[in-house]
Order: sequence, then C-alpha cells, then structure tokens
Amino acid sequence: MSSEKNLNLKLNVWRQKNAQSEGGFETYEAPGISTEMSFLEMLDVVNEDLITKGADPIAFDHDCREGICGACSMVIDGRPHGPKERTTACQLHMRSFNDGDTIAIEPWRAAAFPVQRDLIVDRAAFDRIIAAGGFISAPTGSAQDANSLPVSKQNADLAMDAAACIGCGACVAACPNASAMLFVSAKVSQLALLPQGQPERYIRVRDMVAQMDAEEFGTCTNHGECEAACPKGISVENIARMNRDYLKASLTYRPEATGGGAG
Amino acid sequence: MQTGAGFFGSSIGKKIVMAITGIMLIGFVVVHMIGNLQLYLPAHDGVYALDTYGEFLRTLLHGSGIWIARASLLAAAGLHVWAAVGLTLMNRAARPIGYQQQQYDASTFGSRWMRVSGVVVLAFIIFHLLHLTIGNILPGFEHGKVFHNVVTGFQVPWVSAFYIIAMVALSTHIHHGIWSMLQTLGLSHPRYNGLRNGLATLLTIVVIGGNISFPIAVLTGFVR
Ligand code: HEM
Ligand code: FES
Repeated sequence: MSSEKNLNLKLNVWRQKNAQSEGGFETYEAPGISTEMSFLEMLDVVNEDLITKGADPIAFDHDCREGICGACSMVIDGRPHGPKERTTACQLHMRSFNDGDTIAIEPWRAAAFPVQRDLIVDRAAFDRIIAAGGFISAPTGSAQDANSLPVSKQNADLAMDAAACIGCGACVAACPNASAMLFVSAKVSQLALLPQGQPERYIRVRDMVAQMDAEEFGTCTNHGECEAACPKGISVENIARMNRDYLKASLTYRPEATGGGAG
Repeated sequence: MQTGAGFFGSSIGKKIVMAITGIMLIGFVVVHMIGNLQLYLPAHDGVYALDTYGEFLRTLLHGSGIWIARASLLAAAGLHVWAAVGLTLMNRAARPIGYQQQQYDASTFGSRWMRVSGVVVLAFIIFHLLHLTIGNILPGFEHGKVFHNVVTGFQVPWVSAFYIIAMVALSTHIHHGIWSMLQTLGLSHPRYNGLRNGLATLLTIVVIGGNISFPIAVLTGFVR
C-alpha cells in the first residue's frame, strides 16, 4: 500500500546569519519531495542540496524527532508547527501539503526568544522561569512509599495533562501578544494539583509570574490561540488555575518572617 | 525570593484590575439600559417617567448618591484604561518583529479588536456625557428634561448613527470581555464553562439590543 507521491515545492524561509544581523526571506526550490517524509526530513533534503552547492544550510533546532523534546520550533504557513493539530514540526508529514505549494517558514517571534540563526531561537527564558519556582524542594534520601501520599484520580489526570507540556514555545509563537501564560500555567498547575507541590504553591506562582514578566513576555488577553497551537493540547483551563492561584497568593502573601515561628 | 513589581506592576495583577473594573462597568451598563427602558413608559400628568427617574437619581441620598456613583465609575473607568494601556504596551514590546504570515484558529473579531472597540467606547462615553449630562453638544438642551433631551438628540441622524456604532463596538467589547474576565478571575470549570459563553452572549444581546432600540424608536417616530 503505497500512496506515496512526490511533490515539487517552493520554500520561503527566514534566513538570518546571527542574533545581530538583519535577516530576510529567501526562496528555495524543493523538487521531488516524498509525501512520506517528515517536515524536518524535507528540510534535510533541501540542506543537502544547499551544502553541495556550497551555500549555508538552513539552521533549525531539532533533537528527538518524535514529538517529545519540543526542540523543532518553526512557524509553518503562519502556524507554529504547521497546519496539523496536536503535531510537532518533526511529526508533521509532507502529505499534509500539495504539489506546487509555496511554504512559508519563520522562526518563533517574541522579544523573549531572540533569533540566534535562521529558524533557531534562544528559549532560555523558559529555563529561567522554571528556575524561578517550577520545582519542589524535597529532601534527598530514599523515596517514601508512594501510597503514603494520597492523590485523587482526577487531580492525577489533570496534573499529567499539564505535565504533557514539552516547553516548545508554540504557545508564545501563536499568541498575538507573545504571552507565555499557557506554558507558565502548565508548569504551575502540574505541581499545584499534587500534594508534593503544596508547600511552595503560592510562592511558586508569584515567583514564576514575576520571572515571566521580567523576561518581557506579553500578557494573556484570552484569544485561545495558544491552546489551538499547542502540540500537546494543553488547556487554557490551566491559565484560569494560575490566575486563581496568583490572586490567592497576592492576597495571602507575607514577607519572610525575621523572628517567631518558634525558630 | 520575590522579584518584580508587585501586584499592580505584574501582568496578572493588571488583568485582575481590568476584570474587576470591567465587572463594575458592565454592571453600570446593564442598570443604565434597564433604567432607560422608561423611555417607553407613558407620561403621568404631563411628566415623563424618564424625567422622574432622572430627578430620583439626582436627589438620591440628598444628592450625594449620584456623586458616589460618578466617582466610582470614574475610578473604575480610569483604572480600566490604565490597565489596558499598561498591558497593551507590554504586549507590543513582547513582539517587536511580527510574522509575514499568521493564521488565527481560535481568536475572534471581538478578541482581536478589544483595543479599538475600547477606544471607540471611551470616545463615546465622553461624547455621551457632553451630550446628555453637560448638554453642550446640541442647542435646545434643557437640564432636568431628560425625555426631551434624549428624543431631540436622537432625532439628529448623525447622533443616532454614532450612538449605534458605539453600541456595536461595546457589544464586541463586552462579548469577549465577559468570558475574558471570568477566565482572568480563575472561574473555569468543565461543569460551567459552557455557561460562560452563554452568559456573555445573553448579556450582550440584552444590553445592546435595549440600547440600540432607543435611537431606532426615536428615528422611526415610535417615541416622540
Ligand atoms: C462601558 C465601558 C466598558 C466595559 C463595560 C468594559 C468591559 C471590559 C471587560 C469585562 C474586560 C475583560 C477584562 C479581562 O481582560 O479579563 C475588558 C477588557 C479590556 N478593555 Fe474594557 N470595558 C469598557 C471600556 C473600555 C475602554 C474605554 C477601554 C480603552 C480605552 C477598554 C479597553 C479594554 C482592553 C484593551 C481590554 C483587554 C482586552 C482583553 O483582555 O482581551 N475598555 N473590558
Ligand atoms: S524534534 Fe523533538 S519534538 Fe520535534
């Protein structure tokens, strides 16, 4: 059973030498592309050709190529990760395109994600948000018996759904405001829903939101584009949960005590 | 660690200010529309119901009621616009270079035009106050004669036209605003999420339907 076909495509790709240079769009021919190829394999083929011609290959991020690492950031025809729902660029296949198509490929666009080269952006801002509070403080030593911490099935499921976030940044790329609130809310929620996350729950949301703002991401105006673009289907319900926790955190915040606490 | 600029300096803090002031403004718009339905009541002994209502509002709590309401609304509107400007500046700065192509899958006309509809509504509020509270837009304004001022006002086609355009802007603004505000305040649950859109649509239709009926009733001569 082979419905394999070959496509002749044109690519309109953002090329930029480094973070300092201007950049602009370049057009490339991509003839004889098999519909069985993934989008990244198609780019590999184009790059082979560029290298043989002595030109610079198109730089793009990729790692796992199986939809779990979140590296393959690119906006394809105006949508992060391309036209297919819940699919990363590496899992997108060329059968989603038609012969003769011109495909536009652009990097994520956000002040917080500066372009390093061509389609590669620096997403360290996400790492700094995680470092600001996206963890739990746990003593080392042997793990305690799992059953000693009851977790309701519903919360376990919701936490797992939030934890499906691979940190690819498509939410930021899709958001008309370049807001990172879907990402941050997923990282806040996966811990807020579990008992291990409770001790630092409210300080965490304050610190992570403060870092998100410091990184100059935009703010959520509830367009919902993030959820539509997310390859893992993270729900905007997480944003509501984060807003709720942030409000509660702001109302109950106490600066660290210098005395008392029988300490 | 506590970094950043505190609640009012933060993105979510400003959003919450926006949502709470938005509730106040929507509350006002609903009550304002219901009060104005008295345009359709017959006159009693030559006194229009709308004039009696105006008198009632002006003398509430020995005349302080209306000033309390005005002060709260001014504060709400001021804070709402302050937060809107702050958030808009953050959002602009967050994407200095845009896309050559961007496809929208979830956002709506209302959500993408919030800033424009907001500015139209702001311009309308100023015009509306000059027209019917201060009374210096049209000749023939008489303080206290609410019915007369409304009817003669709406008989001027461009006044009615601007009013209707402003109401269309307000309808897209509150339709997205109501759902946005519920989300901002963290009110999201699969059990009642469907109701959120229903509430937004219902309130929008009732408020805007009522409001737009006034100039139409005057222009068609149904109320005169
Ligand atoms: C009667 C007048 C108004 C009402 C009832 C109203 C209501 C609302 C509500 C309920 C929200 C949602 C709050 C949230 O973001 O969660 C909102 C958002 C907003 N409003 Fe207003 N508003 C009014 C006037 C204005 C004015 C005069 C402006 C600007 C000049 C404005 C600009 C905005 C903007 C930019 C947003 C945020 C957009 C978003 O979240 O997508 N509004 N408004
Ligand atoms: S390369 Fe890992 S998700 Fe695409």
